[in-house]
Amino acid sequence: MIPEIGHFSLILALLVALALGTFPIIGAASGNAVWMGLARPLARTQFLLIAIAFACLAYAFASMDYSVAYVATNSNSKLPIQFRIAAVWGGHEGSLLLWAMILSIWTVAVSLFSKHLPDDMRARILGVMGLISVGFLLFMLMVSNPFERLIPAALDGRDLNPLLQDPGMIFHPPMLYMGYVGFSVAFAFAIAALLGGQLDAAWARWSRPWTTMAWVFLTLGIMGGSNWAYYELGWGGWWFWDAVENASFMPWLVGTALIHSLAVTEKRGSFKAWTVLLAICAFSLSLLGTFLVRSGVLTSVHAFATDPRRGLFILVFLVVVIGGSLALFAWRAPTVGRGGKFAVVSRESFLLANNVLLAVAAFSVLLGTLYPLFLDALGLGKISVGPPYFDTVFVPLMTPALFLMGIGPIARWKNSSLPELAMRLRWAFGVSVATALILPVLLGHWTPMIGLGLFLAFWIFATSANLIYQRLSITDQALHHRVKAIPRSWWGMVIAHLGIAVFALGVTIVKGFESEIAVRMLPGEVAHLAGYDFTFKGVEEIQGPNYTASRGQLLVTKNGAVRTTLSSEKRLYTVQNMPMTEAGISPAIIHDLYASLGEPLEDGAWSVRIYYKPMVEWIWFGCLMMGLGGLLALSDKRYRMRKRLAKEADLKLNEALV
Amino acid sequence: MKRFLLPLVIFLVMVGFLFIGLNLDPREVPSPLVGKPAPQFSLPRLDNPEQVFSGKDMLGKVWLLNVWASWCGACKEEHPLLVSLAKTGFVPVVGMDYKDTRDEALQWLAQGGNPYMTTIMDVDGRIGINYGVYGVPETYVIDKKGIIAYKKTGPITMQSLREVIVPLVKKLQAE
Repeated sequence: MIPEIGHFSLILALLVALALGTFPIIGAASGNAVWMGLARPLARTQFLLIAIAFACLAYAFASMDYSVAYVATNSNSKLPIQFRIAAVWGGHEGSLLLWAMILSIWTVAVSLFSKHLPDDMRARILGVMGLISVGFLLFMLMVSNPFERLIPAALDGRDLNPLLQDPGMIFHPPMLYMGYVGFSVAFAFAIAALLGGQLDAAWARWSRPWTTMAWVFLTLGIMGGSNWAYYELGWGGWWFWDAVENASFMPWLVGTALIHSLAVTEKRGSFKAWTVLLAICAFSLSLLGTFLVRSGVLTSVHAFATDPRRGLFILVFLVVVIGGSLALFAWRAPTVGRGGKFAVVSRESFLLANNVLLAVAAFSVLLGTLYPLFLDALGLGKISVGPPYFDTVFVPLMTPALFLMGIGPIARWKNSSLPELAMRLRWAFGVSVATALILPVLLGHWTPMIGLGLFLAFWIFATSANLIYQRLSITDQALHHRVKAIPRSWWGMVIAHLGIAVFALGVTIVKGFESEIAVRMLPGEVAHLAGYDFTFKGVEEIQGPNYTASRGQLLVTKNGAVRTTLSSEKRLYTVQNMPMTEAGISPAIIHDLYASLGEPLEDGAWSVRIYYKPMVEWIWFGCLMMGLGGLLALSDKRYRMRKRLAKEADLKLNEALV
Repeated sequence: MKRFLLPLVIFLVMVGFLFIGLNLDPREVPSPLVGKPAPQFSLPRLDNPEQVFSGKDMLGKVWLLNVWASWCGACKEEHPLLVSLAKTGFVPVVGMDYKDTRDEALQWLAQGGNPYMTTIMDVDGRIGINYGVYGVPETYVIDKKGIIAYKKTGPITMQSLREVIVPLVKKLQAE
């Protein structure tokens, strides 16, 4: 019964989404205030209906209803409750429901926080989001219904993929989807502006906080996924350039470009057409990512029952949404006008250059992801593109991007002078070059890549320090007054940029100085790595809720003093008979020690791999700083002020009406 | 106007490729085993684990080896087809129960019907490795001399049965 209620409310949600996608947009075109006014109640009704469907599916999982096919394939009676709930988005159908759910959350959020928008603008935005929702709900109801019954019911479920049975599964997908789907707001703003012909600074000001919010979620979501891969896959990597990762990274790159481009459009009125195009691209890449992951064009041979109808449906949907919006762009953008003029050396130029670099980077990731598919389509064989391609392409693109990142915030709008910039940044340049040359030698060895990485990281540190110093030394008030006087959005930018530097530093150090050994160990034997001694304490058998495991322990000592114990598990998930490795990690600011238990060998020996990962945690710490920077920018006074002004206006209105 | 059309044009070219990609089957990996002797096995029978069954017992007959498991969703799709195929007595089907437990497998056969002449248990998937099993279900057509003539990855469908498997078995039986 409960699954049928869920199914039924999805059908109702589709009808509501259809209404939301038509009446308000037509109303905005014809000036019909009643039809425009439908947008907000419809958005809220849609949210309520999808939330009911979501709750029904979660209930089916919690109550172990194996007469629902999706529950039977993604859950098991021995699966702990937190994973049973997270299993809601553990498969294809449920992750689509999560997508639709999050889209409806964003839609409701827009309906709640858009009091300051003109009625026609708001109607168009919510209408566009309703149309996207129609696509996803139709997709679910036609070819991916999570509520489909399995008759007769299965005796027990097939269990959630053991790879996904991790706390990361609870937070990572919702976070990532909040980011992906959040770009639909910027997209809807752009389409609404193209439809209404109001591409101005006001449009950029409205869509900025939404874009930043989505970007923060996406940044943190990708960070979580990378960290998860690091400790779950058991071989110490943190990024694999896998198609699914790329699908989240492409919208991030374009979204980053979009945030900067929106700033220029708001402040200087320039880049308007470019900003709109970026907004369309950011969301299009989110959709494309969904297509790539869901359609089966890039799945591995291990994924079964990829229904070809699903792929076709998403492709048609992509053509309608992306093709339609790009056609609208081609039709309306030429009328936009160019905005303020700027000189070759100016903050606009630096931002434009960075924008182009980020867009090209996103495009090259797209190319690398689709290249195997192109070759296959042209009958040239089946190949896969790996890290070598991405590393080769990425370093030359990111080097100038990071270099310009140091100059951009210091350059003046409109017209800046190169000699003046050079004068101001000569110390920063000197410091970073000296660090790049000397630090690696002190740490052990110097290679061009280490030098380059350190130079870029310290270039951003040094230029940021210069920026902060200059900004604080303008007046001679007390320091804390001066810090407070600067808008939070400015501090947000500085912290996010420093996050990039921290990230680059982490990547450079870990790539340059990591080391690993793979050894055969008997209990009591000692292995040596990076000045540490690892004593193998042997393996004990343990019993988990739905797995059995061998847990191996390594006692870590340095010069005889005990530092820590690493315990790594080799688990066998009994339902799917799938082995998994849980790495034993001792994380620290300076370095991680990482051990993973391999195979049992003869005579009670085990193969063990031990990694020494200097400063690897800085990679994720850098991402956290980027996210924090975004949040700080969002908490800026100007956004709160508008809310307060709106509240005061409301109050006045109420008084007048009494 | 023209330069604003560029993104649309690039996108449409990409869609063309994606459309072709959709019709390619990433699962259509040619099996290196086709034309080679079927790997030998001698495994306990599901109905009576004390008896073993070996591929050699089938020499002189054309037969199908169907890899299945009670945990496999896609197997449910093809199972009714196998049952109706078995009823005709046209070709013997040997089941290989892959990485499964005996109780669940027996229960599954009791529920869905048993199309298999006999079913063997490959509990740890060792024989599956020899056959290069990508996933479950998979179906092999093996000729009178014990040579693999055809391999199907994924569930068999009415179409593949009618157009490929049945004509092939007829041809091999006539040899």
